[in-house]
Amino acid sequence: MSAERKEPGAARGIGGMLREVGRKLAQGEAGPLLVLLMVAAIWTFFQFQNDRFLSPINLTNLMLQQAAVATISIGVVLILLLGEIDLSVGAVSGLSASVMAVLIVNRGVAPVLAVCVALGLGATIGLFNGFMITRFRIPSFVVTLAGSLAWVGFQLLVLGETGTINLSDNFVIGLTYTFLSPLVGWIVVVLAIVATLGFALLGRARRKAAGLQVGSLNGLAFRISAIAAAFIALILVVNQDRGLPLVMCIVFALALGIAYLTERTRFGRHIFAVGGNAEAARRAGIKIDHVRIIIFMLGSTFAAAGGVLASSRLMAVNQSSGSSDLLLMAIAGPVIAGTSLFGGRGTAWSALLGAVVIGSIANGMNLLAFDSSVKYIVTGTVLIAAVTIESLTRMRRQGEQRV
Amino acid sequence: MTTAPAGTGVTGQEPFLLSLKGVSKAFGANQALTGVDFEVNAGEVVALVGDNGAGKSTLVKAIAGVQLCDEGSFFFKGEPVKISSPQDAASLGIATVYQDLALCDNLDVVANLYLGRELFAGGAGRSAYLIDETTMEQSSLKLLESLAVTTIKDVREHVGQLSGGQRQAVAIARSLLGQPCVVLLDEPTAALGVAQTEQVLMLIRTLRDKGLGVVVISHNLENVFAVADRIIVLRLGRRAASFDVRGVSREDVVAAITGAEFGIRIDNPEVTA
Repeated sequence: MSAERKEPGAARGIGGMLREVGRKLAQGEAGPLLVLLMVAAIWTFFQFQNDRFLSPINLTNLMLQQAAVATISIGVVLILLLGEIDLSVGAVSGLSASVMAVLIVNRGVAPVLAVCVALGLGATIGLFNGFMITRFRIPSFVVTLAGSLAWVGFQLLVLGETGTINLSDNFVIGLTYTFLSPLVGWIVVVLAIVATLGFALLGRARRKAAGLQVGSLNGLAFRISAIAAAFIALILVVNQDRGLPLVMCIVFALALGIAYLTERTRFGRHIFAVGGNAEAARRAGIKIDHVRIIIFMLGSTFAAAGGVLASSRLMAVNQSSGSSDLLLMAIAGPVIAGTSLFGGRGTAWSALLGAVVIGSIANGMNLLAFDSSVKYIVTGTVLIAAVTIESLTRMRRQGEQRV
Repeated sequence: MTTAPAGTGVTGQEPFLLSLKGVSKAFGANQALTGVDFEVNAGEVVALVGDNGAGKSTLVKAIAGVQLCDEGSFFFKGEPVKISSPQDAASLGIATVYQDLALCDNLDVVANLYLGRELFAGGAGRSAYLIDETTMEQSSLKLLESLAVTTIKDVREHVGQLSGGQRQAVAIARSLLGQPCVVLLDEPTAALGVAQTEQVLMLIRTLRDKGLGVVVISHNLENVFAVADRIIVLRLGRRAASFDVRGVSREDVVAAITGAEFGIRIDNPEVTA
């Protein structure tokens, strides 16, 4: 058991506030706070080792590099929320990107159409996964692990003898290598801040009008200013390099969409219910198999989208697209940033934060020219540590439960 | 009561809210229920007691529509009805709270109360499938207040953080959102402490005072005597006895449960030990 006890209403003064923060940290309720501390520590460490780490160009490259992983992770979050796992996201991203590349380069299909085909292929694979899992009650890790082998095989088949296809069309490459001009970047950021503030105030006013409890205005102001500061810092940094990357806006919009879906809609509520207690969800009249199938479809579609972004960044698709540690990174990111491996807890934003954490470690080690052996050992250790922390917070939460 | 027409109250004036006649159910060679009659009135708490394997759960599952019985007829407000699925039971206004409560620990009280029937926001929110959290929270607070549940301070707290009694209160409150007339409670006080048991019993009395028919399955005779108006005893799949709680001692009920007075016709409350 943790040393501190929950003291409802006892959080007074600075000491009380610190204790409350400590308790939230210990129980994994602080959300992004712990992750932000982690990012700060990682960045400080690498900055001391190599002062180019926090340079605008390196940070911008970090974003371009992690866009694909973050996108795949958004889909992984959905699947983790159900308490399931999809081990085929890496292979699906590789296969989808390969199909897209072959269609564009070898068959002369319009790039937009080819991207749509790739996404459709992802959705179809997800439908297959969901069908096998719900109809035959096969554990998801078995279906997706076996599937991933098959998808890699299809990828080799599709790519044919050359094995590598270079992309040259403006649409796919432009996804990664388009930067908004400084002014447009500022407009985007100001709009984002205004929207955040507006919706927060609107929600607060609605609750107040309905006679419900509302949080303190100070707390809201603090949260909004923190978000605004982060946005402004971001735009200041990227504008010193090439500008706000388009791909960053895309990934952010995708995360926002999934955050809305999971936290504000009825379907999202049902995802959490199935992940928390599937039997309770079933008795409440939720069609849990439909929820599962749709989520696996979304998960694989995001994997395909991640594959498209990865090929855009690399400007090519090859036989190793979607392989190596991509799968593990895509799953580990959200878990590091607070999404539970056991279902029912997590947010779409953890996909982005997790990608930043993992990307920073990988990027920093590359800058310091670490040997591959060290990189593998460090990455593995970080992943184990993240999962351990997650398990510990879960145990604390259950320990706190009053019986 | 054998002279009363099917589905009719003892007075012959007002039909029972819910009554069952001659319910039988076999699992292979095992006869779980044999010709069991059962009835509950509006504004009445009926305790269903019996030893393990007496058929309590089978009977409740038949009423809840979870498990079909082989024989027997159901009457709702005197009208013959069929209950062949949980949806049938729900549409008649029969709600069941199972022992495992079926709550999602990772969701807050409001989300659990409205699970599967979330309200949509109006206007632009409707087309965006937006959940109307404000209205849901308001009516959750009203619902808990109307049930005199004062132990739940924060309806935005996750159910996993609540005590056993609070969880039971959430489960019971949820069953009431569908405006039922009959509520079946499976072991509502099992595994609860003294104070929490008292809270749940208070809640059951509140339900009765609101005019609902309440059926409580319980092993705990102390709680049964504290809350029930009528006690129906099942033994070996048959209805062994029924008592008005005011005219019976605990020994009589125990005798009926265990069959200690074997040979005496104890399906008659007037016969005392």
